[in-house]
Amino acid sequence: MNQVLDVLSWVLLSCGGFFILVGGIGALRMPSFYTRMHAASVTDTMASFLVIGGLILQAGWSLATVKLVAIILFLMLTSPTSSYAVANAALLSGMKPDTKFKANKGGRES
Amino acid sequence: MNMYTIVLIAILVTMVLAVVRALRGPSVYDRVLAVNMFGTKTVLFLSVVAFLSGRRDFLDLALTYALINFVGVLAILVFVQRRFSVASSAKSED
Repeated sequence: MNQVLDVLSWVLLSCGGFFILVGGIGALRMPSFYTRMHAASVTDTMASFLVIGGLILQAGWSLATVKLVAIILFLMLTSPTSSYAVANAALLSGMKPDTKFKANKGGRES
Repeated sequence: MNMYTIVLIAILVTMVLAVVRALRGPSVYDRVLAVNMFGTKTVLFLSVVAFLSGRRDFLDLALTYALINFVGVLAILVFVQRRFSVASSAKSED
């Protein structure tokens, strides 16, 4: 049983690490602000869910699991909210989402 | 165990990427986005280090940092928006 938990938490942790990297690279390489914000916040929430899920499997039935569940609940509530706040502030301040993206030109306006 | 180090390396690399985005980001909102990403990664970093070093009380730090990061990002946004509205109202007056 313990072996299964270890393997499962290893899989969850490595998937979380992969999504963290995807979020970082996405935030760096995306052409415009809103695509960057999307890349960063989507994988942000997903990665923290996977990593802390893997840690919960490691912690088992203990106080650490209660703390981890608290962290996860809080991140699940605030991460989308802060991403929305950033996007809303950017939109209000006049940053227009680019609508003339050419699919075949790698996102640059022609 | 080495599975924690893999995740730690991934988190550290993403933190570096977030700092690069913060430095390069053209608009102020890119920088706010990078700060927000960096904060969430610190939360994950703290909780993984808590398990790597076996000291479970780091999880309290991670939870507190999650709270502070959220409030900090919202505070920056309110400040930036107020500065833009003051600037635009100043322009409209003169």
